[in-house]
Amino acid sequence: MMRPRKWSDPGWMLAPTTILLIVFFIAPIGIAVYQSFFSWDLLTPPKAVGGANYLAIFKSGELLRVTGRTLFFSAMVVTGAMSIGLALALLLNRRGLWFSFVRSAVFSAYVVSWVAVALLWLWILDPDRGIVAKGLHVAGVSSVKLLNHPDTVLPVLAGVTVWKITGYAMIMFLTGLQAIPNEVIEAARLDGAGAWSRFRFIIWPMLRPTGTFVGTTSLVISFQAFDVVRVMTQGGPARASTLFVYAIYESIFMNLRVGTASALTVAFFVVLLSLSWLQIRAWRQKA
Amino acid sequence: MKIKARLFTSGFIHVLAGVVALLWLFPYAWMTLTSFKSFDEIIQRPTALLPGSPNLSAYREVFSQVPVGRYMLITLWVATAIALIQIALALPAGYALAKLRFRGNGLAFGLVLACLLIPTQMTFVPIFLMFSKLRLVNSLTSLILPFGASALGTFMVRQALLSVPDEVIEAARLDGASEFTIVYRVLAPMLKPTLIAIFLVSFVFHYNDYFWPLVMTTDDSVRTLPLGIALLREPGTGVRWDVVMAGNVILSLPMIALFSVSQRYLILGLTKR
Repeated sequence: MMRPRKWSDPGWMLAPTTILLIVFFIAPIGIAVYQSFFSWDLLTPPKAVGGANYLAIFKSGELLRVTGRTLFFSAMVVTGAMSIGLALALLLNRRGLWFSFVRSAVFSAYVVSWVAVALLWLWILDPDRGIVAKGLHVAGVSSVKLLNHPDTVLPVLAGVTVWKITGYAMIMFLTGLQAIPNEVIEAARLDGAGAWSRFRFIIWPMLRPTGTFVGTTSLVISFQAFDVVRVMTQGGPARASTLFVYAIYESIFMNLRVGTASALTVAFFVVLLSLSWLQIRAWRQKA
Repeated sequence: MKIKARLFTSGFIHVLAGVVALLWLFPYAWMTLTSFKSFDEIIQRPTALLPGSPNLSAYREVFSQVPVGRYMLITLWVATAIALIQIALALPAGYALAKLRFRGNGLAFGLVLACLLIPTQMTFVPIFLMFSKLRLVNSLTSLILPFGASALGTFMVRQALLSVPDEVIEAARLDGASEFTIVYRVLAPMLKPTLIAIFLVSFVFHYNDYFWPLVMTTDDSVRTLPLGIALLREPGTGVRWDVVMAGNVILSLPMIALFSVSQRYLILGLTKR
């Protein structure tokens, strides 16, 4: 740390960043809170309605349903991405061209756009001509409409999301694994610790900080899921895949209800922040 | 005996890795193979692995339905502009946060950390209202300006600068370099790996971004490529999967190419947070 040359130096250095962050990150939250107390269809003048928007999304059960659905979806994505990512990191943490190739293959899905991934899986899972349906048809299972059934649509969307982001979890776990000194693992091996107890008592405790990070990040990513919903199901069938962000999008751009969209945004903010906070706390206590 | 068991395990691990590779590469292969088939073939022999007579008709169809060149240009322009502006602004901000002692430093750093927790999905409704009031919906401004400052980029520059000794800056000051020169001419070259990583992560994210352009555009004027490709699949019956997959190949190829030449920096950008 050193003294600025002129008292005004920190000002010009930080002004553009702080102004943009305030205008496009902090102020919008305030505006959302403000708008959530109005009823507005973007055409006629807004009307102040007090807490009616909140009451409406609460009483109709919309808020609870959307939150529950999104939590269910997130739980599947976080467990899937973390366990598969960790398993792949353990499997592929080896020298050689072959393993480095496989690592790149898994990670590449993280770099391809969500739109491409969603369209690709839509084609693979197409009930009429998709390769999965045809394969199952040969095996004797007829007419598989995984995306058209309210019970299977969310697990399928979660599976596609896991396919896309597992490479990220794997890379993070690999970095964590490589930070564990080899001598520690060798010493345990010489002491007669088998593969499982080496993992359980040495590798996993040392990977815990990485685990916290991957868990929180994939929770946040999955809670913001939108592209897969919009491209693959448009929230259907029967709203079974209407996740939080899609619900906000729908209420402003399809139903022209700015107040409802704002109230949902505020609820989204509260839920997401408390989730991140809870998870960080839970992991800290365990460690 | 023991050597045999070892060999067996090693062989098993290689094969298992191969299965993993297949799980991730087969979808791409299927997408590419489909794009070279004709629509008739997809209807008649949906599970045939290789196209009977490979042809480019699906690609021709994509180009006739969507102005691919224009959408691609807009997308590249937006992604490049965002990544460059973020770096230009993050450098001085990160420098002030990491190296300068002044009142409000903690507060400014707190602002950056807070913004790390706020995703665009939380801000799009108010920002859309703001831009529609200013008649800026369907403009490049609405696609670029909200991302001009990057909390993550600023944070990464600050962290990287913490390990640069103060003496470097003092020496430059004694040589008569202005603060502007110190930030962009002395420190920026030292942070090259970090800056490349910030550029790549940001560029890839905004090239691929579907959500923001979808929300901020209502017509064709500044539509980006992911939106255009998603439009190839009109909901309903009889989707031309050969055309959609051809569009998919066009959309993903630049990212896969970029990924294969810059994987090291991209991973650095994701892991050094």
